[in-house]
Order: sequence, then C-alpha cells, then structure tokens
Amino acid sequence: METLRFELATSSPAKGSRKIALVGVVASGNLEVLLEREGPPNRCTIEISTAAHGFGPLWEAVTTDFVSRRAAGGLRISINDGGARPDTVSLRLAQGVRLIEGPDA
Amino acid sequence: MTGSSTIPTSRLSWFEAGARQRLAALVDPGSFMEFIGPEQRMISPHLQIFDLPAQFDDGIVVGAARIDGARLLVAAQEGRFMGGAFGEVHGAKLLGLLHAAQALRRDLVIAFDTGGVRLQEANAGELAISEIIRAMVEARTAGVRVVGLIGGRAGCYGGGGLIAGCCSTLVVSEPGRISVSGPEVIETNKGVEEFDSRDRALVWRTMGGKHRYLIGCADIFVDDDAAAFRDAVIAALGRPAGFDGVRLAAEQARLEHRLARLGAGRDGRDVWRSLGLPDAEAVPELSTEAFRREADACRETADDAR
Amino acid sequence: MKHWDTKRQARQARLANGTVHAAGKIVAADALVAFLEAVIVPGDRVCLEGDNQKQADLLAHALAQVDPGKIHDLHMVQSGIVLPEHLDLFDKGIARRLDFSYSGPQSARIARMLFGGKIELGAIHTYLELFARYFIDLTPQVALIAAVSADREGNLYTGPNTEDTPTVVEAASFGNGLVIAQVGEIVEHVPRVDIPGDQVHFIVDAGKPFYVEPLFTRDPAAVTETQILTAMLAIKGLYQPYGIRRLNHGIGFNTAAIELLLPTYAERLGLKGKICTHWALNPHPTLIPAIEAGWVEQVHSFGSEVGMEDYIRARSDIFFTGADGSLRSNRAFSQTAGLYACDLFIGSTLEIDLTGHSSTITPDRIAGFGGAPNMGSDARGRRHPSPPWLRSGQEADPDTPAPLRRGRKLVVQIGETFGEGNAPLFVEALSALALAEKLDLPLAPVMVYADDTTHIITEEGIANLLLCRGKDEREQAIRGVAGFTEVGRQRDLKMVERLRERKVIQRPEDLGIDPLDADRSLLAARSIKDLMLASGGLYLPPSRFRNW
Repeated sequence: METLRFELATSSPAKGSRKIALVGVVASGNLEVLLEREGPPNRCTIEISTAAHGFGPLWEAVTTDFVSRRAAGGLRISINDGGARPDTVSLRLAQGVRLIEGPDA
Repeated sequence: MTGSSTIPTSRLSWFEAGARQRLAALVDPGSFMEFIGPEQRMISPHLQIFDLPAQFDDGIVVGAARIDGARLLVAAQEGRFMGGAFGEVHGAKLLGLLHAAQALRRDLVIAFDTGGVRLQEANAGELAISEIIRAMVEARTAGVRVVGLIGGRAGCYGGGGLIAGCCSTLVVSEPGRISVSGPEVIETNKGVEEFDSRDRALVWRTMGGKHRYLIGCADIFVDDDAAAFRDAVIAALGRPAGFDGVRLAAEQARLEHRLARLGAGRDGRDVWRSLGLPDAEAVPELSTEAFRREADACRETADDAR
Repeated sequence: MKHWDTKRQARQARLANGTVHAAGKIVAADALVAFLEAVIVPGDRVCLEGDNQKQADLLAHALAQVDPGKIHDLHMVQSGIVLPEHLDLFDKGIARRLDFSYSGPQSARIARMLFGGKIELGAIHTYLELFARYFIDLTPQVALIAAVSADREGNLYTGPNTEDTPTVVEAASFGNGLVIAQVGEIVEHVPRVDIPGDQVHFIVDAGKPFYVEPLFTRDPAAVTETQILTAMLAIKGLYQPYGIRRLNHGIGFNTAAIELLLPTYAERLGLKGKICTHWALNPHPTLIPAIEAGWVEQVHSFGSEVGMEDYIRARSDIFFTGADGSLRSNRAFSQTAGLYACDLFIGSTLEIDLTGHSSTITPDRIAGFGGAPNMGSDARGRRHPSPPWLRSGQEADPDTPAPLRRGRKLVVQIGETFGEGNAPLFVEALSALALAEKLDLPLAPVMVYADDTTHIITEEGIANLLLCRGKDEREQAIRGVAGFTEVGRQRDLKMVERLRERKVIQRPEDLGIDPLDADRSLLAARSIKDLMLASGGLYLPPSRFRNW
C-alpha cells in the first residue's frame, strides 16, 4: 500500500459544527473518505492510503483542485482508496464537505 | 397494459442502500450511537499484507439505537466492502455486540450482507463465526431476541448463513439470498448439469427470498424497501423470546419433517408444487402482496421451533 | 462469340451440385458439410451472416468443417467476426482474405491473427459502407444467412432480428449468387414473408433458433453518479438548446443514463415533446420508462434485443412491426436514417486526441468500426433543414451567407475523463497510429474524425468544437474538458478561461448544474427489475440480468 499526505493551504474554513463525517465505501472503483475537525482553520490535511502506486502527481492535482473549490479549512481528511477514478475522488470529497457542514449529528 | 414510468423516489431500496443508509432508515431519527466508529480506525491488521485497502469500520457498523422507542443494539454489514465478508475485527465487533446484548438484556438487529469469511483472514474469520454462534445461543437463552435482515447484494452466505440460522426471526426480501455454499462453488464441485450458476433464475429459485420464505427458512417476507424492513423488525420484536432444549428439539423435528416432505423435489418449482401453490411457474413474477397471500396459505413455517 | 450469362450458368452448376444433397430446397443438417463442399468453389466471395446480434451458427460450424483440400482461399465478406468459427476458417486455410466491419467479441484473436499474417485484410468498414460494396465490388457469390423459420418453398421469416439479411440477399440473389439459409424450424406457413422464396436457393433446418446475444441491455444498477452528471450536461447543455428531436444513441452507460433521465430530469426542465421524439435506435430496455411516459413517437431499429419481443409487439405505435405483429428491423435502413434523418449522434469511445479524432483501437485489440463512423459523420448530401442542423452550421461558419451555408449534424463524444482501469480518455497520439504502422495500413483506424465531431462531453463540462477558430483553440477546448488526465493538466489556463467566457467550454455550474445533485435518485429506473415493472411485465430480461 502507498500512503500519501498533503498539507494544503485553504481560503476558508469548513462551515457547520459536525465533528466527523464519512462518505463512500472501499470497493473497486470507489473510496472511503473520513473527515474530522482538526488543525488550523486555514489548512486542510489529506492522507491517502492506496494500493495503486505511482499516482502521487494525480492525487496532488485532485486535492489541490478540491481545496480551491470548497471551504475545507480546519479538516483532517483520511482516504482509503479502492482504485477510484479522479472524478469519483472529487465527488466524494465534495460530498464529504457537504455532509460535515450539515446540522449537528 | 401500461407500466409505471417513474418509481417514487421516497422509497429507499434496501438492496441498493449501504450499511449506514440501512441503519439510518431502520432506527428512530437521531437515536443511533455508534460503537468503535470509523474515527477509531480499528482496521484489519491483515489486509495490507495482501496489498488490499482497509475500511475504517472493517465493513460492519455496530451500535445502540431505538426502533419505535425500544432500546436495541444494531449491526449492519457493508456488502460492498470485501463482499461483506467476516474478518478478525469485523467478527470481533459483532461478537462484542452479542456479549453486550446479553449483558444488557437488549434485543439485537443484524442487517446481514455477506459472502462468508474473508479468504485473507480465514482462521480469524472462522473462529469469529463459531464464537458468534455460541454467543448468539447464550444471548437467546438469556431471553434476548436476535432479528436478522437479509436483502442485500452479497446475500447471506457461508458462515453468515450459519449465523442466520441461529436467529430468532429472519426477515427477507426477494433479492435476498440465504445459503451456505454459493452458486459458483456448487457448480465447480458438482458440475454445471447439477447447478448452472449463471442461470440466475435458478439461483433465486434455490436460495432466494421467496423460496426461503416458502420453506420456512425465513419468517417475514417484505418488499425491497427500507421502511418495510423497519416495520418487520417492529413486528419481530413483538414475538416471544427464549431458547432452550425444548425449542432445539422442535427445530430438529421440523427440519426432519421438512426434508421428508419436500426432499424429493429437484427444483424450487417442484417444492412449491408440493406445498400446494396454484402456479409454481408464476411465483418469481408475483408482486409482494400477491406472493404473500398465496404463500401464507401453504408455506412451511418455523414459528414454534425457531 | 462472347457469352453474357456465364455467372448465371455458374450458379446453375452450383444448384445442380447442391441438389444432389437436398430434397427440393431442403438440405439435411447431417449432409451440410458435403453440401457446402459441393456448392462452394475455391476463391469464392462468401458472406457468412455474422450480423451484430444474430449469427448463422450452424452454417459457420459446418463451413469450418469442410476439407481445406477441396475448399480454400475463400474471401469472407461479412459484417461481424463474432463466433470462434469465423476465425477458425482462416486458421484452417479454408479462408484467406477478409473484408468486415465489426469484431468486438474476437478483438484479441483477430489482432493476433492479423499481426501473424494468417489473414489477408481487405479493409475494415463501417456497416453501410460494406453493404454498399456488396453491390459494387464485393458481391457475395455465396450467402450463408440465418432466419427464424421457412416454409418448404423457401419463403423466410427473419423476425425481430432481420438486421442485415434483406441487404445480403438482395446483393447475392440478384447478383448471380447462391443463397443458403439456416432456419430454426420449417413450417407450413411463415408468420410473414421477410425474404421471398424465389430469392432463396437452399434451406437447412438447424432444429433450434440461431445464436443471438443481448448486446444493448445496460443494467441501470451499474450507472454511476458521474455518468448521470454527463447525462444531465447532455440534456441541459445540448438537447435543450439545440432542440434535438431526431437522434441516435450509440450503446453505452452514458447514453443509457440519458435515456433514464428523460422522464425525471428532462421532465422537470419541461422538455417532453420538445426533444427525443424520433429515434434510430435498437430496442434499448433503458428507453422503456421514457416510452411509457409519452416521450417517444417512433423508433426504427437496426436489430432487436433479447427479451424485448413482447414489449415491442404491444407498442406497435412506436416500433416498426410486420403484419404478424413482431418487430421488423433493418440495419441498412437504420444506418441510412442515422446519416440523413437524425440531427444528433452521441456515443462513447476509448481515445480522443488533441485534434478531436477518436478511436477504439488499443494496441492488442481490433474491434473494428461497426456503425459509429457512419452514424458519427456529417452527411454532406443532406438537403432538408432543421433548427439544430441550421444552428450548428451557423456556429461552425458564421461568415458564409446563410442561404449558402450548409447545416451540420451534431456528433457528440461523451464519457468520463478516465475509463476502464483508470485509462485516460484523452491522449497525445492515438493507439490507432501504432496499429496502422504495424499492419502497414494507409490509414489509421479512426472511428470518428475531428472534422465530424461537434461536441465533447465529460464530467468537467462540454466543449463546443463548432465554435473553435483554429487548431490551438480546438486543442485547448479539448484540454479544457480533459479533467485530471495528463492532457488536461497541461492546459493553458488563461486560454481555457477565455474559451469559457465565449461558451466554447461550459462547466456544469455555467449550466446551473451542481455535480452533487447527480445522484441515482434521478434515474427513472434503478434496476433491471424496475425496467421490467415499468413495462408492465412485458419486458422479459435474459437470465444473466435477474436478481429474482
């Protein structure tokens, strides 16, 4: 398994007060995204565990694009990847942020 | 004859839903408290050896909740992760839940969706199955009800099928399947003439929800609808609890009688004809209502024995 | 003195040789190999009906058993290389040369055999093009065809899977060729006459129906959120503004998602009656909900689809049916319809390059072309106007005065930026180029050319190539929807932004679409069972799709 970690600067913090959110499932072509509130409001940490080696630049592009589009500051995001395509990764990240912004669990 | 052009989007298909969605639909809103949640990262210690990704909850969600006000313990397997199969942590979470159910005298609902034991964690998985069966029997002996729900993509196979057989009540929908050996395994071992695993209509006639309901392997038959599963759970929790030698003996007698009565049938349709169903060929196409009406008139039951 | 009836005489000789093995027109199945050895001549052009769906499997099996010492060097001309026997002929030296269109199921083996020199390739064609050559320079001398049933006079019922048969028989029978049909049964009266008996010379009773595969069934359960997003883009970004009423969908999950979104998403946009009314389309089960909801006026089909027969019978307002009530399909006419009578083709591909050429060739698989090059091409012979055709023409060429400006058919490639096995859809150079070199082909096998392609839709948005001025704009428009692929990541950000301002590129948000809204609850049917229920129980899904 390959582990990747990105510490990204963000423009704004994630809204809402939900402490954790979980989207997705570890299945072929899918991924699980766990979001937790952690760290300063202008940073987002994304850790990825994946069996597909050598896709670092691609993950970097996807995660950089994600934080530029969504308010994701103050989040620790942990991913278990089942070989998902980049569009699925972007979708799950966006779904995760929307979920954690939701009303208090 | 015109069909419907759209399906009501308010209905949640149990078959399509994931473990967490199923639990959310089953329990009273806001009543679910998860034990050993994903943020605890209690993942499988074995999968990385095989370069396989882990899942934070190891494919089973367990916790406490209320259903229609009643305090219960609940578990739901994620059929899309490793086929919902049992591994070390997965099995331990369900085992711990059963111990808790016994200690707290709380009834337990298990949403099964499993192909059996993970090959990668075979020993731990098989041990877990055995421990779970023991724990289930002990819990039931102490008066706990264990309600099993089967209607997911992976069905309920292998060790899962064995565990299901120990539940107080089983709720099944048409897409659900219950068995021990899977279709491909039977075909590989006995040949395609004996069982063509690609003949899916045959698979469902042999292991599917309608057949299981008809022969008394499952107790409540519902639509592929999370709301229907919830109603069935509420009904199941109203049934008498308890488990002892008398009941076991009754179960043994029931199974012997059933085998004698229906064992000569070569195909599900033969069995249904023996039961007295008016049109065995039509069974798979019957709606839930029509099927239940016909089935209730002649099905094998397990009520006094399970 | 010159003789002008030599071919007719030759056919008479074949008939005489064949009659030895027949009773009237009927050849017994166990005499089939000897019969074929008697009527076929080495070097013959033979059309063995390998259609897209149905296969003359008994005849294929028998032909593969003839003695190569007697029958050899045949030139096979057929639509599809589908059965293993189709290639066994070349392995055994019975056949030497091949002209065909589609080889999907045999794509790996045919590639190996072509590279290994076991097949002399004439050319790979699109269906309509091959049919055309049946009448000019590839007329079959022997046609081995498949029908559902025959009467003793040789009148044939080809039924829902009529497909290529009338075209093949027209060329062979009227071109001095021999027509031999395998049938599922011989009956007193055929339900309807698809092929008149005086065009058919011999028939053999196979004792069972011909082989046919369900190729056009897509399980709604497998449709992903990204495919739903691209479907929303297609409907709101193309079908609505251009007003697409007459169209063809290439088979795939992206187009299946469009079909399943009509009664829901498109309904909410108020589009019923305004789009998707007339189709050149195989009977896709995923179109059932739209038909039931009143979206569809008429469908003409290339072939049938397993399980749809009863549904089609009960919907004769929509489909083309015979006096007997069953579907009459016809590939040649559906292909012609796609060319001249449809305003849009939309389909999926495996590779798109920076110019906009697309191809499904990969280094070790040759699947051929099928119908896409034809359906995905602009018909320059078209003369009748329609609003979408005129609008596309204006977008492509705003400077020419309107009365002299031809319209354009919309040709759309739709897909996710990363496909199967995370292979990128967008590439710098098509694998087809490497293949052309390897096989010494004068042309790389391109499925749809750039100058026919009008739009590309991915989850990142829609690129309108009609609005591009020059090579650079085209390249950046493509890079601008290529997502996180290498090609996409190397875009000129400033130029892509400018293209977006001009609406050459439209992102989901530009069209008021939130990707998070693209979820499966939008599908009018979410499973094969839902489709069956939507049809009122008339659609009978093949076993492999059941979960009940």
